[in-house]
Formats: sequence, structure tokens, C-alpha cells
Amino acid sequence: MNYASPAPPPPAAIHADHLTVVRGPRSVLHDLSFTVPPGRITGLLGPSGCGKSTLMRAVAGTQAKVTGTLDVLGRPAGHPALRTRVGYVTQAPSVYADLTVRQNLAYFAAVLDPGRAAADRRRANITRAITDVDLTTHADAPAGSLSGGQRSRVSLAVALLGTPELLVLDEPTVGLDPVLRRDLWQLFHDLAATRGTTLLVSSHVMDEAERCDRLLLMREGAILADDTPEALRTRTGTETVEAAFLHLVDAATTAARTEANVKERTR
Amino acid sequence: MNPTTAPRPAAALSPARALATATRVLRQLRHDPRTIALMIAVPCLMLVILRYVFDSGPHTFDTLGASLLGIFPLITMFLVTSIATLRERTSGTLERLLALPLGKADLIAGYALAFGAFAVLQSVLATGLSVWLLGLDVMGSPWLLLLVALLDALLGTALGLFVSAFAASEFQAVQFMPAVIFPQLLLCGLFTPRSTMHPVLRALSDVLPMSYAVDAMTQLLHHRDPTAAFARDALIVTGCALLVLTLGAATLRRRTP
Repeated sequence: MNYASPAPPPPAAIHADHLTVVRGPRSVLHDLSFTVPPGRITGLLGPSGCGKSTLMRAVAGTQAKVTGTLDVLGRPAGHPALRTRVGYVTQAPSVYADLTVRQNLAYFAAVLDPGRAAADRRRANITRAITDVDLTTHADAPAGSLSGGQRSRVSLAVALLGTPELLVLDEPTVGLDPVLRRDLWQLFHDLAATRGTTLLVSSHVMDEAERCDRLLLMREGAILADDTPEALRTRTGTETVEAAFLHLVDAATTAARTEANVKERTR
Repeated sequence: MNPTTAPRPAAALSPARALATATRVLRQLRHDPRTIALMIAVPCLMLVILRYVFDSGPHTFDTLGASLLGIFPLITMFLVTSIATLRERTSGTLERLLALPLGKADLIAGYALAFGAFAVLQSVLATGLSVWLLGLDVMGSPWLLLLVALLDALLGTALGLFVSAFAASEFQAVQFMPAVIFPQLLLCGLFTPRSTMHPVLRALSDVLPMSYAVDAMTQLLHHRDPTAAFARDALIVTGCALLVLTLGAATLRRRTP
């Protein structure tokens, strides 16, 4: 006999409540509240300059002037204990151009998992990360001599080193050809399925949205929608996520205009 | 976020991470043999030229040469560190490193170790060349000469790290060389004893660290055994280097706007 209540839903990988970020004189993110489920791929979509990167930096713990609640894997974002558990890849590849792919990875691996005792584990992790991003043939080439797409894959490989529980990827597929893009998305799905990794992936290419389990649509520092791609299409009565997004943007713009008109009239 | 649960970054030094950083910096240098050659050869060449500029007055070479043995490592390390740290900041690798479990002390110690090792090589060659081939006549021990050169290199690393926070580009970083180093060069007593300067300039030279680097070298020039004044000068240079390193560490921010 089993009296146990059904298992509680797994805690959110990211939980934001009244999250606001100020950069310089203006606020870039206004009062965001959302959750990101664990073990899934959540797409963060929206036009350039809508605050995607700022949100990702806040999650990674590198953004200053963050107010409100932002919990990542059960701890406040930026907590020292999260530094080995969260992998963060910036939009511009952040690796040493004058080191080879393997030397880059060797350094970051030694920072993540230092000590001579861990040398074998590090070597295995490095080889796996290079294989994951399909750069085995370029492992001994200086990162600076690689193409833009290859260099961003080196940057991604660094984030894969420590087997992080959460991967925050800022536009990881920009500048990649369709074959590589498909392969990387395959890798993202594998990571979620086999390692239980949570992925937060930003993009402004709407066809990538279809590959995500959940979507956060952003516009001008606010979240327009937080749903599955299918639910979004159904709710807006559209065929594609792109059409759904445009529908929501138009609705938001009209609402904002009406509000402004009402204010104007009541003044 | 809630300030009561806001974590404090660990300040403790991890030797393994500092060593890994030093290895990485040296590997980067190894990919750039021209920089290595310039760092090693230029000070030696300058000393050779200086020796023959004062061909008829070897005593002048003793004074200037000893001082320059302290000044070269400072300038070289200042330049190399300010550019290297600036590159680290602008390439995004600094942000990435600070999002990883790397302490600021690890990073700074890594740079200091790598460039310190380089400064030892540079100083051994320059000191050896001056003392044995160019006939530099120093009363004190060449080992102490090397020690001061190392402390000066540390000071240069510290200053370079600190100013890199205020430079937005390599152009600006290079301009900090004349801004930070030249005034010290003029006031450190290299050209004329500090006691003969205008009182205002003399007071100014009293608060600039390079003055003590040169004073320490001058002490070694004239005394067989380390004097109290030498110990004081060496301590001041060390203290300044540590102070500026701490200030430099404060410019490394985990969270940036």
C-alpha cells in the first residue's frame, strides 16, 4: 500500500520574481517574473536590444544592479556555489586567440577542477568537449586562426567542460551554416535528454524557436509570452512561432497605444 | 538580490589555480616569440649603448646602469601587464573567468608568477651582461641587485594591472606609459640626485615608488653589505607593489554594468 502523495513537481532551474535590471540611466529589464523548468531547453527570443543578453548575464551572475528575486538552481544568481554548476557562453566568443583549442580548454578545465590528482579526469573532459562541438580535427590549431563559427564552438566547448547543470547560451548558433546549426541543436537535445542539463538558449532567429521545449518571448525588457511553441501557435491561431510572435508584438503595441491615448484624453 | 544571503566571494588563494593561470600566460607568451625577444634584448641593448655613450666616464655608467637595472623590469612589466590585462578585459575572457570558481587573488598571483619568472630571466641577463661584460662596478651583491629588479618587476605588474582598468583600448593603455612612468623617471634621481631638486619636486619624488627602487640600487652601488636604508627602500617598493596590487584587484569586478 502506498499512502505517499504524488511526487512534488521538480524545483524550477531558474525562478525570477519582480526582476529588474538597471544599466546606466535606464532600466533594461522591467519587473520580470518567470520560471524555467529543469532538464528542458528554454528558448529566449526577441529582437536585438530587447534585453536577452542582460537577462542571461543576470542568470550567470555577471550583471550588476539586479533587484528582485532571481534564484538559479535553488540559490541566488551569482552565488559562489553556482560557479561550477552553471555554464555561460557569451555572444562574442571569449577564448584566448593566441592559444590552441586544447590549450584553451586545458586552462579553463584547470580552473574548474584544479590539482594534479584531477589531471586524468580533466583530459577526458577536454577530449569529450572537443568531440561534442566537433572540433577534433582543429584541436591543435590556435583559436585565432579559426573561423568565427569554429571559435564560437570553442567558447561553447569551454562551457561544456564541467558538465554543468544549467547552460546559459547567448546566441550560440549565430554565423553557423545550416548543417552545423542542426548538429548543435541535436547536441543541446542530447544534453537535456541524457545528462538532464537545463538549457537557456537565446536567439533572434525564429525558426530555432520550434526546436525548444518552452519559449520566453521578450520585447523591450518585458516578457510577452511564456509557453510551449505549440501552445503559442494555438493561442494566437498562427502557423509558426514567428507569426505568433508578430501577432503578440502587434497586440502589445496596440495596447500600449490605446493606453497612451486614454491617458492623453483623461489629462 | 537579498543582501542578507548575498555571497561573499572567497578571497583565499588557490595555488593550483594560480599555477594554471601562470602556465596559461606563459603559453600565450610562447606563441609570441617576437615579444619575448624584444623583452629580453631591448634592455641589454640599451645597457650596451649606455656603456659606450659614457665611454670616457665609466663612473657615470655605474650610477646610471645600476639605476636602469631596476627601471627596465618595471617599465617592461608595466607595459606587458597593462596590455595583457586589457586584452583579458576586452576579449570577454575576464568575465568568463570571474564567472568560474577563480579567485581574483588566483588571477593576480598567476600573472605575477608568470611575469615574475620572465622578469628574473630578463634581470639575470641584464645584470650578468652589465657586471661581467660591461664592467659595471657595484659594491653590493649581484643577488641583491636581482632581488631589487624582481621587486621592481612586481611593482610594474601591479601598476600595469591597475591602469588597465582605466584604459578602454590598447591606444590608451600605451599612453599610460608616458603618463605613469615618465614623471617617475624624471623624478626618481636617475638624472640628478633627488636632494638637489626643487623642494616641491623633491616632495613629489618622495611619494613616488620608483624613487625608492633607484635609491635601493644606489645603496647597492656604494655599500658592500646591505644597509638599513637599503632594507627600508626595498620594503617601501614591496609595500607599494602590494598596495597597488590590492587596488588592481578591486578593479576586477565579477558583476559589471
